[in-house]
Order: sequence, then structure tokens, then C-alpha cells
Amino acid sequence: MRLLRRIIALVLVAAWWSSGVSAWAELRFPPPEFETDYVMGGVTTPPPRALPFEYVDVAVLVGALGLGVWLVHRRRSRRGLVALSLFSLLYFGFYRQGCICAIGAPQNVAYGLFQPGYTIPLTALAFFVIPLVFALFAGRTFCAAVCPHGALQDLVLVKPVKVPLWLEQGLGTLPYIFLGAGILFAATGAGFVICRYDPFVPLFRLTGSLFILSLGGLFVVTSMFVGRPYCRFLCPYGALLRLSSLVSRWRVRITPDYCTQCRLCEHSCPFGAIREPVAPPAHPSALAPDRRRLGRWLAALPVLILAGGWLGSWLSVPASRLHPSVALVEQYLDPTKPEPVPGAPTPEIRALGRAELEAPELVTTAAAVRRQFTKGGWWFGGWVGLVIGARLISLSLRSTRKDFEPDRGACYACGRCYLACPNERVRRGLISPAEAAGLNANRPAATTTAPNRS
Amino acid sequence: MPDVPSSTPPPVNRRQFLRDGTRLAAMTGLGALLGLAATRTSTARGYVWQIDPARCVYCGNCATACVLKPSAVKCVQSYPICGYCDLCTGYFVPEPNGLNTGAENQVCPTAAIERVFIEDPYYEYNIDEDLCIGCAKCVEGCTRFGNGSFYLQVRHDRCLNCNECSIARVCAGDAFRRVPLTDPYVIKTTAHE
Repeated sequence: MRLLRRIIALVLVAAWWSSGVSAWAELRFPPPEFETDYVMGGVTTPPPRALPFEYVDVAVLVGALGLGVWLVHRRRSRRGLVALSLFSLLYFGFYRQGCICAIGAPQNVAYGLFQPGYTIPLTALAFFVIPLVFALFAGRTFCAAVCPHGALQDLVLVKPVKVPLWLEQGLGTLPYIFLGAGILFAATGAGFVICRYDPFVPLFRLTGSLFILSLGGLFVVTSMFVGRPYCRFLCPYGALLRLSSLVSRWRVRITPDYCTQCRLCEHSCPFGAIREPVAPPAHPSALAPDRRRLGRWLAALPVLILAGGWLGSWLSVPASRLHPSVALVEQYLDPTKPEPVPGAPTPEIRALGRAELEAPELVTTAAAVRRQFTKGGWWFGGWVGLVIGARLISLSLRSTRKDFEPDRGACYACGRCYLACPNERVRRGLISPAEAAGLNANRPAATTTAPNRS
Repeated sequence: MPDVPSSTPPPVNRRQFLRDGTRLAAMTGLGALLGLAATRTSTARGYVWQIDPARCVYCGNCATACVLKPSAVKCVQSYPICGYCDLCTGYFVPEPNGLNTGAENQVCPTAAIERVFIEDPYYEYNIDEDLCIGCAKCVEGCTRFGNGSFYLQVRHDRCLNCNECSIARVCAGDAFRRVPLTDPYVIKTTAHE
């Protein structure tokens, strides 16, 4: 019996080698009829995470956002925000392992809207919309204490370095460009690049490829000295939150009541978000050069958009290679690939056969994808032109302000500046009004101030 | 921005008006997007990634491409279609020195397959999922020369259900599918090929 089975196996091996492909519909070795009372096991099928737990995530998100808004605007407590961000880091970061995450959610929405056959998970939609709605009313509380990426960078910040303004403004356009790229690749079905190059999620999972783990390590080390590098210079969802926060109903205020211009808060923000008072020009004629510059950039905006779009359309060929179908066709049609051995199917032909596809059908699909990329490239390039133009226009805008105020868009609502304000300290009962009056004696900048981290 | 004394209720100035208007527009836009997206969302069930064993080409990418190390993909054993062979081509390398559990005879690089004697000449083969890395070496042997009772499945106690499965992106046989959450496994009941 044993010998017979071995012979059968050997014959089969020989048959496979001679035919190239084996095609046996029924079982080669009929399942035995056991004489002993052997009980056959079954296939274990551990279930996926049940759907109700996904709704728990959404509930935790809403709860944390609500608590964050209260801590930022009512309680004005940096300590509370640190505690909340620790919780978020543990829950959304290390427990949920960075998934579900709002940063990648714009891609789900784009993918769902442009790719028929994909249904957007309800939780992904909720994670996309809810933080934006909160930002429209109460600023970036999501960044402050709910996002695990922000929490990780914020909690390791030990010695913030001031980023020069030109670098800050230049790098500040990257989130919008990354957002555009993420949406382009998601809408065309090429993949989720924002998730693929997320530096922190592998750290939360404590596993990943060497490249992405080193990138994560690099970002963590950088965020010890540069406040929130990913949030400021890369995060695509942060770009949306920044825009929403610009028109928010309530804004973060450094002082609880009035600003005494003591400049004590000036260096308390590690993200460079506190804006100095700007006096209105002494004479309206001083505005003329600014006005001319603004006019020039406004006129240049359509040109920038069109030029960007034209350049973007040229990107369609290299960019479309990220799409698996296009990549497969390029390999298939590659003129330098080795000649197939007669009689033996090539790996591509086997792959196509397994995928139940014919080569011409695949080429048609790939051509359609590339056309989509040409159209998408125009949109993406135009978007990049618009981002650069809008940045130049915003730099030419002059705004007057009387008080030290956080920039609406750039403020992460982390609450570091609160305790730098003597009025806030009086409100908390930490110092007497008389002491505050001593501090308020309009000091020159940065003599006694130290970055305040509670 | 006009100078408004803080004691009187401030009239709605231009910036405030623009801000409120933009916020309203943004809310409307988000609402429209939500409505549009809601037509594309499924209320009742989610989807998870799974491998169609009929398409698997046992290339080994599952072991290396997953964002988890070791992979969320593991080999499973469908006992009803197993031949309980003495010379299991999923367990033994070609031309083994002997039909025993010696490491040099095993095809599995992590010794994740347990070989248990049942009765002459039948042996039971079990997968130790803690050791399995989803390399599909046993799947290749079993599917090519045996009944195909070894095959790869995404194990949902490990899978993080990424937006874009990083194995699906490189799957040589295009075997990855999104399957309904309610029916998350593709269990073999007959042999393929």
C-alpha cells in the first residue's frame, strides 16, 4: 500500500514534468476510510473584527473631539490635552494600529467616488467628515489631541527649533501637493500612496519594511527638535483641516480676556503659529507696492494653473506606472524581455491565465487607465499651480492685527501658549494681579521667556 | 478691519461675513460630498481581503509583502480533502532522505507542519499557525502533486484590513479579492487543478 502510493506520486511527478501543467479536477488521492476512530479536524476561521467595534471607534472619535474642544476652548488646559493625546496615541495608535485613520480617508472617498464597485466603508466616511466639521467650528482640535500621528510627534518634542519663515512657507505647500497626489492615485485606482508612505503607522504596528520603519524613526527624531514635522510639512489631511480652520467659528485665543502686549507668549509656540501685532501703515501710499505685487500674482494665477496643468499632463506616463495593470502591460510589451522558450508558458502568460485575462483586454484596460491619468494629470498640475499661486498671494496680503494671536490655520490648538500669558495665570489663580502687572510692563522680547511645556 | 470698541456689540464686519459665508459653503460642500459618497457606501456590511485559492500561484509574495511581519497570510489545511499520504509532497522535499520528521526532509522552512501518525499508512498533517509564515512552499507541493488541501488564507485575527492590501498589489496571480465581512474565508471543499 505504502509502496503503491509512492509509485503513484512518482508517476504524477513524471506526468507533471512532461505535461508542464497538471489539470486534475477530482482528488488525486481519495481521502482514506479510517479503521481507527480518528476524528477529522475542521478548518479554523477566526472572524474579522466585528462591525459594531468599528462604530465604537467612531464614537471614541466623536467623544475625544468633543472633550478636546472643551479642553481647548473652555478649560484651556494643556495638561488635559496631553492626557487626551496620550489616550489617543494608545487607542488610535497602538491599539487600533493607526487604522482606522483620518489621514488616509480622503483617498477612500476619492476611490469610492471614481471607482465603481468599491463601497466606501461607513467608518472611513465618518473619519473623513467628522474632524473637518469640528475644525470648521472649533479649529484643529483633531490635530491637537485626537490624531495619534500628531500626538506622537507632540509628545516627543523636547527642544523646538524655529524653522525659518521662508522654509516654513515653502515646505508648507507640500501637504496640499501630497493631498492632490493622494487623490489622483486613489481616483485612478493606482493605490493609496498616503497610506503606503505613512511613516508612523509601522511604528504603531511595531513592524514593517526597513525603509518605512527608518522613515518613521527619522520623523520621530526630527520631531524631537522640529515641532510636528509631518503635520506641518506633509500631512494631507492636515491641509484640509488647515483650510477648514481658517474659517472656524471659534478660534484659539492665547489670553483669556485681553492682550497686554507683554510678548511673553511670543516664543511659547514650537510650531511658529503665533503672529505678532502688525500696525496699519502710517500712510495709505505705503500700501501701493504691496497692492501692485498682489495684482501681479493675481494676474499670474491662471497662468500658473494652466502651466501646472500642462506639466502635470506630461506626468501621466511615469505616474500611471504605479497602477498595477499599466505596470503589468509594460512588462508584457517590454521589447527587451527574454524570448519565451517554445512550449513552456512564460510567467506573464500564466499570471494572465490565472487572472482570467487576455493580453489585448489588459492592454485596453491599461490604455484607459493612462487616459485617466492624462486627465488627472491636468487636474493635479492645475492644483499644484493653484497651491503655489495661492501661497504667493497669501504672502502678498497684508493683515493688521492689534494683539498676539495664533494663526487660524497654523495653530494646532496644543495649548502650550495658554500658561505663557500672565492674564491666564491670574485667571487660574497661579499669580496675583499685582505680579501680573509687574510682568506686563511691556518687556523687550525674549528675556525671561522659555518655551512653556506643561 | 475697522476699530470696534469691545464694549458695543460688534457689527458683522467684512472678514467675519466672508468667514461665515465660506464656512457655510464648506458645510454645504461636505454635505454634498457626504450625500454623494453615501450612495456608494454600504450600510450593512464591510469588506475584508481574502485569497482565492484557485488563483494562487504560490509565488511566496504573501510571506514578504504583508505590512505585518510575519504575514497575516497563513497556510490552512482542509482535512476533508487531504489524502493523509505517507509521502506528503507538501511536507517532504523532493527525494527526501527518509519519510521522517528530520529537518532536512521538510519543505517547510519553519517546521510549522506537524506530522501525526493515525494508522498505517495514514498520517495527519496540521499547521502550527504560530510558526507558519505564509511562504506557500507546502501549498506548491500539495497543489501540484497532491490533493491541494494546503492553501493560503488571510487570517482575520491578524489581518489589519488595510485600505490597499500590500500583498494584493504584488500578487502574481491576482488572487486577492475583497469579500463580504459576513463570509470572510474561501474554504476549499474540492481540489483545484
